[in-house]
Formats: sequence, C-alpha cells, structure tokens
Amino acid sequence: MTNLEFGLTFTVIGMGGTLIILFLISLVVDVLNKYLPGHESKKEQTAQ
Amino acid sequence: MITEGLLSLLSGFGNLQWSNGVMIIVGCALLYLGIKKGMEPLLLVPIGFGAILVNIPLAGLMEKDGLLRYFYDAGVLTEIFPCLIFVGIGAMTDFGPLLENPRILLLGGAGQFGIFLTLLLALLLGFTKLESVAIGIIGACDGPTAIYVTSKYAPHMLGAVSVAAYCYMSMVPIIQPPIMRALTSLEERKIVMKYEKKKVAPSVKIIFPIAVTLVTGLIAPMGTPLMGTLMLGNLLKESGVADRLVKASQNEIANVVTLLLGISIGATMAGPVFLKPQTLMILGLGLVAISLDTVMGIFLAKLMNFLTGGKVNPLIGAAGISAFPMSARVVQVEGQRANKKNYLLMHAMGANTGGQIGSVLAAAVMLSLLKGMGIV
Repeated sequence: MTNLEFGLTFTVIGMGGTLIILFLISLVVDVLNKYLPGHESKKEQTAQ
Repeated sequence: MITEGLLSLLSGFGNLQWSNGVMIIVGCALLYLGIKKGMEPLLLVPIGFGAILVNIPLAGLMEKDGLLRYFYDAGVLTEIFPCLIFVGIGAMTDFGPLLENPRILLLGGAGQFGIFLTLLLALLLGFTKLESVAIGIIGACDGPTAIYVTSKYAPHMLGAVSVAAYCYMSMVPIIQPPIMRALTSLEERKIVMKYEKKKVAPSVKIIFPIAVTLVTGLIAPMGTPLMGTLMLGNLLKESGVADRLVKASQNEIANVVTLLLGISIGATMAGPVFLKPQTLMILGLGLVAISLDTVMGIFLAKLMNFLTGGKVNPLIGAAGISAFPMSARVVQVEGQRANKKNYLLMHAMGANTGGQIGSVLAAAVMLSLLKGMGIV
C-alpha cells in the first residue's frame, strides 16, 4: 500500500467512522432523554 | 591538581554545543510565553524548564538512571500521564449542554477533519505513516491525546508535537477569528440561536459516560484507555457519591501529573534531537491542522444551517474542537461582534464538549485503524 493509498483510506474510514460513532452516541442520548425525562428527580421528590 | 579541579568546574561550558544553547533560548522563550503572556502556563512553564534542564551538558538528566528519564519512562512511555490527565479533565467537564442538544455532537466530529487532512499532507511531504499520524493528531487540539498517540508511535517527535499542540491551543483566540470571518457572511454571523434550557435527568448524566465508553470501546477498542479514563472522571463527577475522588482528580492528581508530564516533555527537547528542519515542518503542519478543523467545523455548521432553514449560526461550528472553553468563548465574542443580542455561548459550549469527545474518538479510530490495517 502506497503512502497516498494509506492516507486516503485512513482519511475516508477514519473521518467517516468518527462521524458515524458520534451520530450513534447522539442517538443513544436521544433515547436516554426520551425514556429518562428531565423532571424525573422532581417526581422522585414528590413521591417521597 | 588545583588547575584540573578548576577545569572540571568549567567542563559544562566545554561540552556545550550550539544546539544546546539554542534550545536553552527556546526553553526561555516558552517560559516567557507561559509567565508573561499567560499561554497555557501550567504546561509551558514546566516544558520550558525541562527544555533548559535537558540541555545542560553532562547533567545526564535523560540518560540511563537520570531523573527526567525516570519520569519519562514511567509516565510518558507507559501512557500513564495522559490517561491520568484525562481522569481530571473528565471530572472537570460538564456535558450538560451537549446532552440537551445531542445533534451538536456532530460538530465535534467535523472539528476533527483537520487531523486527517493534515495526515495526508504530512504523507505527501515525505513523513512516514506513523509520523504522519502523530503530526495529524495535533489537529485534535488536545494535549493529552496528542501525547498519547505520539509517545506510542513516534516518540522521537514528542517534544515538537506537544509544544505545537499546547501552543496552538492557547492561540485559538488568535487563529480562529480570521478564519471564521472569512468563511461566513455578516448575515450568517448575525443569526440568533434561541436557547431554552432543557432539564437533563441526573440518571442520563450518569449513564452517558458508561454508554460512551461501551459504544466507542466496542467499535474502536484501541482508544479505550483514553475514552475510558475521560469518562471515568466524568462518571465520578456525575455520580455525586465520590466527592473526594472528584476533588483529587480535579486538583491533586491533575496538578502533580501536569507538572511531571510537562517536565518530561521538555526533557525530549535536547538540542541535537530537536533542532531539525523536520521540527519546523511539524510546527507548520500543526497550524494547518487546527485551521482546517475550524474550516470544516464551520462548513458542517453551514450545512446544518441550510438543512434547518437558517436556525444554526455557522460560527458555532468553529467550537467543535477540543480547546475548551477557549473556542466556545471565541464563538461568543464573534457572534456578539456581529449582533449584540446574540448569545451563542451555550450552543458553542455544547459543540466544544462535543469536540472533546470527538478528538478522543478520532484518536481511538486512528489507533484501531492502524492495528486493523496491519501498520502496527
């Protein structure tokens, strides 16, 4: 593999991989926010 | 007998090479930048002093059994120092703005384009594959990440890469504004982004570091030491039950390790090793890397602005780098310069913390790719 081939492969997969993983993390956060809404601590306090 | 004794006291001068002299001046320049100009003083002061120490002839600080050699071998070569610093950074970081608007995390990815484009440039300039990876990582705008990757694959370039990373990080308020103004119109810079504080559940803040560690660790396992320690620090903070450990991570551990890390990096700046044309190229490429991060971040924010029908101010794309919180502050200042009613800080903080995750993630992906492609 030449340096240029290595560089191009690395750039495409590396950048693509980074963006895809960040997108996955953002989806995970969306799901967490959906199922664990922000007022939960307030609810807990009320229940007590 | 007396003459020989007196001559032995002058042996340091006799063994002083021109390159040592130059590096002592460079060390003093770093001290000046740290002390007088306030540029990353916690690192530039120990780095500058380390550079002076290691260039004193016959002191043998980096030779076998030398004091700085112990620090370097035990903390930098083993990658313990950067990982401990990450525990501290994690314990200091509030991912709240990011959790309120998770899509902004993508800006933290675009801010890493500079790493890969600079890697390509370094390859074209004749650096080896592993050296190019180490040069590209300056674009992470993240000192510990740069040190971790460079000490692993190109330790002979550690001094130049670290100095470039920390100097450019502190120069973000100088480097970014001209690029931001050149790539955006006044109308774009005037765009007001509404900010409504959304309450994020404490349980989300606790699950987040665990989820990020698992997702990134399973996809790019080679970066787990970096992401794992960053997220450990954050988990300690968000758990609310480990105050002593959080305080130790934020203060004692971070301070002691920063001192030892700084002086160890300075110790790699011995004149005969450091003073090469290659070093100037590394410093130049580092500047290119950080500039390209800014360019690509702004372009992605422009795309988001287009897709949302003009709701995203492209300036916040510049904050998708790891230089926290300098970059977010620069965005806030530039936004207010265009429109005094503009308050972009919280959006920029979200992008900026996204940049912290993005930079570590980009390094993790690089490390895993190198292994996967059989380069290491």
